[in-house]
Amino acid sequence: MPDTRVDLLGIELSNPVIPASGTFGYGREFAELYDLDILGSFSFKGTTLQPRLGNPLPRIAEAPSGMLNAVGLQNPGVDRVISEELPELAKIFHKPVMANVSGFSIGEYAETCARLDACAQVGWLEVNISCPNVHNGGMSFGTDPAQAAAVTRAVKSVTTKPVIMKLSPNVTDIAAIARACADAGADGLSLINTLMGMRIDPRRRAPIIANTTGGLSGPAIFPVALRMVWQVYEAVDIPIIGMGGVQCAEDVIEMMLAGATAVQVGAANLVNPLACPQIIAALPGVMEQYGIDNLKDITGGAHHG
Amino acid sequence: MKQATYTITENTLLAPSVYRMALVGDTSPITAPGQFINIALDGLYLRRPISICAWNEKGLAIIYKVVGRGTEQLSRLALGQTIDALTGLGNGYDVSACPNTPLLVGGGVGVPPLYGLAKALLAAGKKPSVILGFNRADEIFGDMEFAALGVPVTVTTADGSAGVKGFVTDAMKGGEYVCACGPEPMLRAVYQRASDGQFSFEARMGCGFGACMGCTLETRTGYKRICKDGPVLGYREIKW
Repeated sequence: MPDTRVDLLGIELSNPVIPASGTFGYGREFAELYDLDILGSFSFKGTTLQPRLGNPLPRIAEAPSGMLNAVGLQNPGVDRVISEELPELAKIFHKPVMANVSGFSIGEYAETCARLDACAQVGWLEVNISCPNVHNGGMSFGTDPAQAAAVTRAVKSVTTKPVIMKLSPNVTDIAAIARACADAGADGLSLINTLMGMRIDPRRRAPIIANTTGGLSGPAIFPVALRMVWQVYEAVDIPIIGMGGVQCAEDVIEMMLAGATAVQVGAANLVNPLACPQIIAALPGVMEQYGIDNLKDITGGAHHG
Repeated sequence: MKQATYTITENTLLAPSVYRMALVGDTSPITAPGQFINIALDGLYLRRPISICAWNEKGLAIIYKVVGRGTEQLSRLALGQTIDALTGLGNGYDVSACPNTPLLVGGGVGVPPLYGLAKALLAAGKKPSVILGFNRADEIFGDMEFAALGVPVTVTTADGSAGVKGFVTDAMKGGEYVCACGPEPMLRAVYQRASDGQFSFEARMGCGFGACMGCTLETRTGYKRICKDGPVLGYREIKW
């Protein structure tokens, strides 16, 4: 039987499949359909210090082989996440969960992470410096190496949990941002967040999304994500969580061969709520097909020399 | 929520661009009128949410208007073909919260879920009446079906080519308990004239089952996901 276990920053995952933040809420809707404990872990909805309603509607648009979203970090704020969502989550998921954090200032990132650091359920902090859908925050920290490093240092100083910086693909050189985060003490990196895009409604002669632009996700971005994971793997020595358009077990293998230690599944959960269990069920067979005994051995396996 | 495969047993034109589709398959997740199914279509990434018109233990019916590529593809599907749908989605109308004589108000493709609601109200011993609003006489559908249930029907048309000339609100007395479904300008106008009721909302949705926060509305009782906490929201929750 092929071994699907991987180690993510000192925590063993039964398999590398992790639903991505913003596509899985706090797990409740999916727990109606399957046992969440089959997942490697999951990354819960992006959390900020204060509650946020998010952007006006429409927030969603169709795209070729994908979708655009401009939700804008709707969340109840870190205190209610800790007092209300995490206790509910504990009933349906019994493994370490990944806490996804966003902010509008370096101090806010640090404060939110400090509060989540106290939660035993949280295995890792995934720090989103790449949200394309909020102004004066999110992505602006992830497009400048010095800012990315500053957020990394601030978060590292308030937590002993592994810190994973979530990177934006909306940059000229993602390897430079990755290096800046690694040099500032990041324990791992996750990439990619969504690619900025838009659609226009010809009838109204106006953008479909109220925020004008949104983030593109889905299989359309898989080759871009794979290329960036490849580049970042060559640039840094810390573990990478690969994501972007992953929808089947073969995609997981490709991501890992490019350099990922674990793999997040995002938009696929929204159109096929059984995507993750189907990927996990297919993994051993696909591993056998490619002669893989231990999944953890293939990370970066496509880089030769 | 459940993922289901439905077999198409009817897909007929009811009015210009408006089709009725009958589907055979699992309806066990459907618990209330006003719920919807979210249909996967070839070559389109997002599913398309369509309200359930009526259902029984064997299958369900939807009535949809062709407005884009998704519904256009739906209209070309043949009898015997199957569709993949997430079913029993959303929070529908609460029949027990309705008074004995609620007024149902539907506009255009907002009419279909009210048919299922009328049947459920009758089964609960209540006596609904209905106002159906359309632009023109040739767009009218559903009036005979409500009449066949014994429900008093008033039709309005914007151009006066059939029924009462004007909008659905022109056929309201004012102050009624209303269960409404239709385009947002209609809902707002009905809301202004009603005293209480339940209103069904439409939105561009990502998942349709509450995971993505793509269709959130701010209400008096907090943020509500139209797909999961709605599509039907109570009069007192709505912030208009």
